[in-house]
Amino acid sequence: MAGPMRIRAASNGTETEVKVLMSHDMETGQRKDASGALVPAHHITELTATHNGRVVLAAQFGPAVSKNPYLQFKFAGGAKGDKVSVSWVDNKGDKRTDEVVVA
Amino acid sequence: MKNSTYAACVAASALMFATPVLADATAEGIAKYREALAEGNPAELWEMRGEELWKEARGPKKATLEKCDLGQGPGVVKGAFVTLPRHFADTGRVQDLESRLLTCMETLQGIPADEVAKTPFGKGEQKNIEALVAWISAESRGMKFNLPMAHPEEKRMYEIGKRAFNYRGGTHDFGCVTCHGEDGKRIRLQDLPNLTKGPDAARGFGSWPAYRVSSGELWSMQRRLNDCFRQQRFPYPVYGSDVTIALSSYLGVTANGTVESIAPAIKR
Repeated sequence: MAGPMRIRAASNGTETEVKVLMSHDMETGQRKDASGALVPAHHITELTATHNGRVVLAAQFGPAVSKNPYLQFKFAGGAKGDKVSVSWVDNKGDKRTDEVVVA
Repeated sequence: MKNSTYAACVAASALMFATPVLADATAEGIAKYREALAEGNPAELWEMRGEELWKEARGPKKATLEKCDLGQGPGVVKGAFVTLPRHFADTGRVQDLESRLLTCMETLQGIPADEVAKTPFGKGEQKNIEALVAWISAESRGMKFNLPMAHPEEKRMYEIGKRAFNYRGGTHDFGCVTCHGEDGKRIRLQDLPNLTKGPDAARGFGSWPAYRVSSGELWSMQRRLNDCFRQQRFPYPVYGSDVTIALSSYLGVTANGTVESIAPAIKR
C-alpha cells in the first residue's frame, strides 16, 4: 500500500551516512475531517535499519513525527557495496522494507 | 496542519535580503531552515512515482506516456520543462506542462481530459499529474528557462499573460502585480519575488511544482496559480485554461536565460 522509501547510503571509509525519506501519511489521530469526525491515527510505530543484516538503528515513532518523514543517521563501519535495509511497521500493521547498496 | 494557513500571495519565495540590518539575521535563519528542509525534500517521493507512471500502461487504451511529445519530440522529457508553455502544432494552441499532459493522456491513453480537469486537486487522476509534473520538472533541474517566442501565438499568450498579471480587480482591487511587482517586499516572513524581473521570475516560476510542508502535498503550477486567484478573490480559473497558461508564458519568458530551475522545490 505505502509507496517505496527513498534511501541513500554513503560511506567515507570509517562511517556510513544514511538518509531515508519515507512515504507515509502519519495521521496523528487528532485531526478532524470536513464532516467533523476524527481522522483515525495512522502512523509508523517502529523503524529498524540494518547493515548487512545487523541492526544499526531501532527507533520508535509516534504521532509527533511529520508526514513523509525524513531520517538521517550515521553508523560506524560500512563499506561500498554493503547492503543497508530500512523497515518500518505502522499502527495498522502495514509494513515496508527497502534496501540500498552503500555508495 | 493540513488546513493550509499560508500567507496571501506567497507565489514563490526568493532568497532576497530585503531591508538590511534587521532582516539580515532573519533572512539567514530562514535560508538555513530552507536548506535543512531541502535535504530531505519529499517531492522526491512524487518524482519516483512520476517516473513509474510515465512508463505504466494505463487508461482505456492501456498505453504508456512514452510517446508523449512535450515539445522536444515524442518521449523526450529532459529539458522539456524549461521550454514550456510553448505552441504545439498538433493541438494548434500554446500549452503548459499540465495542459499538454492532459492532451497526451487523452490521445495516447484515452483518459478524458475534461474529466481530469474537473477533478479537485490532490484527488484521482490529479494525483497522478502531481507525480508526473514532479518527475518531468526534476528532469530539467539545473537548466535555465528557454521558452520559445518565435510563433505568433506564443507572443500573443505572453502579452495576454502580461496583461492578466497587471490586471487589478475584485473586492480588494488585487492583482498579481500587487504582491509581485516590486523588489524587496515580503508578507510575514515570506520574501516576495518581483516576478516582473528575470532572476526573480526564474526563482519563482522555476520552483513550482513544489512540496508544501504546511499541507504535506505536492503543488503543481496550475494549483499554485489557482490559489493566487483565490487570494485575489477572483473566481477560480478552469484547470489548464488559457489564462493560466498565459500567466505561465509571461513568467516563463520573463525568466528566460537567468537563474536555473530548481523544481520541484520545497516550500513551507
